[in-house]
Amino acid sequence: MGVLPESVEALLETALVSELTVVDPSGRPVTHPLIPLYDGELIYLTSSILFSKKLEHIKANPKVSISISDPVAVTTDRFARATIQGDATVDDSDLHSGWERLLPLWRKKEPAIDMFLAKRVALPLFFERAVIEVRPRKAFLWEEGRTDRAPQIFDVAPALV
Amino acid sequence: MKPTPDSIGRLQERFSHAVIAFVDADGYPMSVATQFRVDSDSGVVVLRSVGGEVQPPVDERVNVVFSHIRPQPGIGYDERRYVSLWGPLRSTEKGLEFTPEREQHWDEEEMTFFEYSERSVPQAHRYLEQVSVETGRRVRPKLSFGWLFLRATRLPFLTATFVPVLLGIAVAAWTNGFNWWLALLTLVGGACIHLGLNVANDVFDTASGADQANVNPTQFSGGSRVVLYGLMSLRTIALLSAAFYAAGIAIGVGLAAARGWELLWLGIAGALLSLFYTAPPLRLVHRGLGEIVVFLGFGPIMALGAYFVQAQEYDLEPLLASIPVGILIALVLYVNEVPDRPADAAAGKRTLPVRLPKGVVVNAYAAAVALAFGLIVAFSVGGWIVRPAIIALAAAPLALPVYRALKESYEQPYALMPAMAKNIQLHLATGVLLIAGYLVAIIADAVSNDPPFFLR
Repeated sequence: MGVLPESVEALLETALVSELTVVDPSGRPVTHPLIPLYDGELIYLTSSILFSKKLEHIKANPKVSISISDPVAVTTDRFARATIQGDATVDDSDLHSGWERLLPLWRKKEPAIDMFLAKRVALPLFFERAVIEVRPRKAFLWEEGRTDRAPQIFDVAPALV
Repeated sequence: MKPTPDSIGRLQERFSHAVIAFVDADGYPMSVATQFRVDSDSGVVVLRSVGGEVQPPVDERVNVVFSHIRPQPGIGYDERRYVSLWGPLRSTEKGLEFTPEREQHWDEEEMTFFEYSERSVPQAHRYLEQVSVETGRRVRPKLSFGWLFLRATRLPFLTATFVPVLLGIAVAAWTNGFNWWLALLTLVGGACIHLGLNVANDVFDTASGADQANVNPTQFSGGSRVVLYGLMSLRTIALLSAAFYAAGIAIGVGLAAARGWELLWLGIAGALLSLFYTAPPLRLVHRGLGEIVVFLGFGPIMALGAYFVQAQEYDLEPLLASIPVGILIALVLYVNEVPDRPADAAAGKRTLPVRLPKGVVVNAYAAAVALAFGLIVAFSVGGWIVRPAIIALAAAPLALPVYRALKESYEQPYALMPAMAKNIQLHLATGVLLIAGYLVAIIADAVSNDPPFFLR
């Protein structure tokens, strides 16, 4: 049992893709599809330095949301949709191999990652990666994915001021 | 970029749902999925209203994202694509009406992940600079020494040197004799000059901007990119190239001193061709002469040099034997230049595929392959080279998939990759079979006082 409601955790644990929304310096929301990884406490996403604009935005404004919306990309028994708001930090202290601590979680969703990693020489900059750690503060759950109905709302942690 | 009616019109066939993202009253981004349809006449996206307290702000600008993947159990996923739109949202009786004003998208079927990554290299450098400033230390991408050396030198391409050198040695072993140490030194010296050339090529292609302009590099073309990626500095690879040349030249001079100064002229010609392949002022590859340089350097010059080191004389036979492998290695360059055409043209590198139309390039490939194998038949049947060398014909079918791929995938760099690999195999297999032909003749001669004519 982690910090999030079980139904939301079930989605996070199987989702192959989520939508990470960050806020750019002009206050505009910007959304990126990324694989969400979850260890029961934090949600992790990794980003190559090739596609690192989002990292700059998070460093300037750590408020983010992660949405799981695609019925094709999750394998739970009962489909639902969820959005988790949270506070993110960027760990880029070791771009070369710091993210590899997440490989066990990543491998569960994308077994081919080991094959790609073995060919690191072919795409060296893709494997220079930062880790985005998201501490959930609020979760929204739409049973059966029905966003035309009101979501269940769960307060997980106090918001940043 | 501004969305086009086509890109908006195709949303419905490409995506199952939309995600509306906005910033809520607490300053957190909020995103909620919903159904959508496109009103093609007005160019707006009609989004189904969402329930409860999570209400997107009407009459404000929001981000609407469409994302798609296809799960591949046990592997991961493919068919990645997304479209991210920004624009105002307003409430109507039909639902939420969204007018896209700005678009950002990627579809791996339209732009390969490799190209997408190459186009993002400047962003990677910006980020590394930012992290360097934040941490007060220079942060650079890394590769292990072994991978970096392999990548910087493009080590696997050494087959281009090994084939003519071993062929020259084999011809000498047939006609004169054989010395292991001299053979080994010749191989190492030839390899040093070749690696010097590979690295020098990167120095000049980086300096001229040819590599930066190329967003479709493959493992066979587009350079090593070690400087472009920030893995090594231009100065370091320039020093590395100089070190390889110095070692190769030292070995060459040593061999000339030991076996005959006539070798020196060939060595000087080889080193100069190698250097001025990309180096100014000649920049031979920029003038469409790259194939001739490669033919001479990795054909007659290497084979004759290796022969001379063993035999201490020049002869017609190693020259003739080297012509087919020279043609085939020139064709390796020729085919590898096909995907590089746009970047080469932008950098003023007027290679043959830049200068010639597709039909001529493809037909010239077929003609050159036919010439190479025709010469093998003519030389071996005529007794100019050993007759068993005709077994090299067995490699000829490898040219067929290359020819086919050039015809069918000329404009698709990544679809050409298997053909580029096959073309390298064509050169290697032909060279190995020619050498094997000489070994057959040598063995037949050793076991019989009068071997049959087809084994000589």
